Amino acid sequence: MEGQELPYVLIDCIGGMHGVYEDHVGFLQKHFHLITMKEYLENKTLLSKKIRAIYMWYHKPVVNKELLQSLPNLRIVASSGVGIDHLDLNLLSSFGVKVSNTPFIVSTDTADLGMALMLASSRRLVEGYEMAVSPDTEYFPADWLGAEVSGATLGIVGMGTIGYKVAERAKAFEMKILYHNRSQRKKEEESAVGAVYCKKIDDLLQQSDFVLLAVNLTPQTHKLIGKRELELMKPAATLINISRGLVVDQDALVEALQNKVIKAAALDVTYPEPLPRDHPLLKLKNVIITPHIGSATKKTRRIMMEEMTESIQAGIAGLPIPHEVLP
Amino acid sequence: MRDGHGAGSYALPPRRRAGLPPSRTGRGPVCPRSPVSNRVGTWCCLSAGQGLGDRPSQEVQRRGRERRGKAAWSDCRQAEAAAGGAPRAGTSLESASSRIGGGRAGQGRVKRARLGRSDCARPGAGAVSSPLFQVMAKEELPGVLILDIGGTQGVLENLAALLKKHFHLITMKEFLENKEEMSKKIQSVFVFECRPTIDRELLESLPNLKVIGNSGVGVDHLDLKMISSFGVKVTNTPHAVADPTADIGMALMLASARRLVEGCQIAVSPDTKHFAVDWLGVEVTRATLGIIGMGSIGYKVAQRARAFNMRILYHNRNQRRKEEEEAVGAHYCEKMEDLLQQSDFVMLVVNLTPETRRLIGKKELSLMKPTATLINISRGAVIDQDALVEALQSKVIRAAALDVTYPEPLPRDHPLLKLNNIIITPHIGTATVQAIHMMAEEAIANILAVLNGQPIPSEVFPK
Repeated sequence: MEGQELPYVLIDCIGGMHGVYEDHVGFLQKHFHLITMKEYLENKTLLSKKIRAIYMWYHKPVVNKELLQSLPNLRIVASSGVGIDHLDLNLLSSFGVKVSNTPFIVSTDTADLGMALMLASSRRLVEGYEMAVSPDTEYFPADWLGAEVSGATLGIVGMGTIGYKVAERAKAFEMKILYHNRSQRKKEEESAVGAVYCKKIDDLLQQSDFVLLAVNLTPQTHKLIGKRELELMKPAATLINISRGLVVDQDALVEALQNKVIKAAALDVTYPEPLPRDHPLLKLKNVIITPHIGSATKKTRRIMMEEMTESIQAGIAGLPIPHEVLP
Repeated sequence: MRDGHGAGSYALPPRRRAGLPPSRTGRGPVCPRSPVSNRVGTWCCLSAGQGLGDRPSQEVQRRGRERRGKAAWSDCRQAEAAAGGAPRAGTSLESASSRIGGGRAGQGRVKRARLGRSDCARPGAGAVSSPLFQVMAKEELPGVLILDIGGTQGVLENLAALLKKHFHLITMKEFLENKEEMSKKIQSVFVFECRPTIDRELLESLPNLKVIGNSGVGVDHLDLKMISSFGVKVTNTPHAVADPTADIGMALMLASARRLVEGCQIAVSPDTKHFAVDWLGVEVTRATLGIIGMGSIGYKVAQRARAFNMRILYHNRNQRRKEEEEAVGAHYCEKMEDLLQQSDFVMLVVNLTPETRRLIGKKELSLMKPTATLINISRGAVIDQDALVEALQSKVIRAAALDVTYPEPLPRDHPLLKLNNIIITPHIGTATVQAIHMMAEEAIANILAVLNGQPIPSEVFPK
């Protein structure tokens, strides 16, 4: 292979808040000749024909019609993470460009974060921390209480890989598990976690102490949880969202939380991210929000990068692509 | 019913008021032998050898007839204590004891009459006035001392209501205002959030104290030896605390690993314009968890951690049975050093004893991985706090998450409060609506068991 040039792969930038991780660059450069967006724009005439793939790290670089038109030899866009709601799959397909994601590697970290949010919300961990460190705290009041997770009822909306891993974890807390999904899971899978299928989402909403959203974002799941669904939930229930912000009607959620229609919410995802700084969700006491960190661990991100590398190599070689996303 | 809270182990004894004839005045059951005094509640004569629901025996009825007309029923317990205790004003203890306490049969009745019955004798209660009967009803329940009801440090109102079903609650204030009368009524102290403080002076002033019923499992705030020297038993509530405390251990581990508190601050900060993609935490799934102290709580932590595919090591005074180990996939580390060196998360779940005080010090912290997290759900004093501050400042370990410190709260200028690789929660291991209720129920069951001479579900013995 000596003398043969490494394939040219377009990235947004290296380092900083949004770029490819500096400690990933070494590995990537073993396989690809990385071209940053800046370099590309400075030398379009030479580089545009060389670029065979785009390494899309957290939605960047943005792939639009203009870019696709100027990269005649583009074979594949490898996207980080499992969600592909930010991609126009039809557009890419129309240019004959393939797409890959990193579906399974994110599952355990995202399930872990779902559990972390449920526990933190229920036991008022963030509030408790603030009390523990506040300069005004003189004693810890005896009447300051949270609610128990062990033995409570968890309703999982979306029982895919992530949802199922949440169920596996929740079972160890002796939680009663209900789930709603497009299709029912196999009996053995249900019994392994003690999950009960709710064909109608209403049944799940009415019985759950915690409702956890683990669906992907599609036209069908857009605003899946709105005013009606929130009103069906118990007043003592907590909504946990580890899917996508748009799965929830955010305005309806604000109202429900303000009027104590539900007790609390814990969101890793919102729309947009971050929320505008004057958004009502940021002011509510009964909400915790995390900055979309479902898969934010060193190990997982490293494996994501390796999987994307694999997919790009396969795409360029015309071989079957691991984790291909079909339109 | 969650397992681990086996109903049988601390089921409350059934209420024993059924079966008594209805009161003429509508105020409750009336003593069948005393048409004059309209007493409700328990009586020593009825209690002697029988439940309230039973018809008094011939012998007891005879004695009741003997005593009829006397305003003050003697307290069988008082009679028993007559040997050692001073008679109370207004009662003829000697005569009572001679009638009740004498003879083997009498002693048997006296002994049985101790069963949860409080002092019925009312000082100088010659006149049997009606408001007194309401007071009498409450007073005939065993007296239990508490610090206070409500407020920020007192027993929660709904717990007090629970306690009142079985006990005559006496607050510290009421006790201090009327020591002479109250001190003999108190058969138990319900210790809630470590209050009231049990010191020698208090023990000396409560001659009829039988049991300290602690709410919670830790008893490091009680001088067990001293309490025992007064012939007083101590009970705790191990069953009610296990699930919620294991949950908090998991909550702290996850929150620390995934930098949840920091993340929340970023999400709401007015300065946040974008979420950085290189902002990372560490994995919990498939990491190695080292549990130090594999009692009930430690084991429940292991059960939960297993579902996260964690590799579980544990260190304990004794190794658990093979089946127990296999059920959670836990490996015993006879030497704590081995556990410290291999763990990504070290969780402390021991009780505080002289042996575990400062169990984790500079040496132990330096044995831990630099990427490791220390989680403490036991007691603050298990860790050498100064050594911990140093270790966190120098990044000898990655982070710590503490539900407990010494003292609680920490002084507001304590270095632990300034570090950014630490989460502290305000000792909320059992701070759930459900747990607080269950702890009170468990404490009540323990107290009643002691007072009724039944097997005690959770007695704590001094070493």
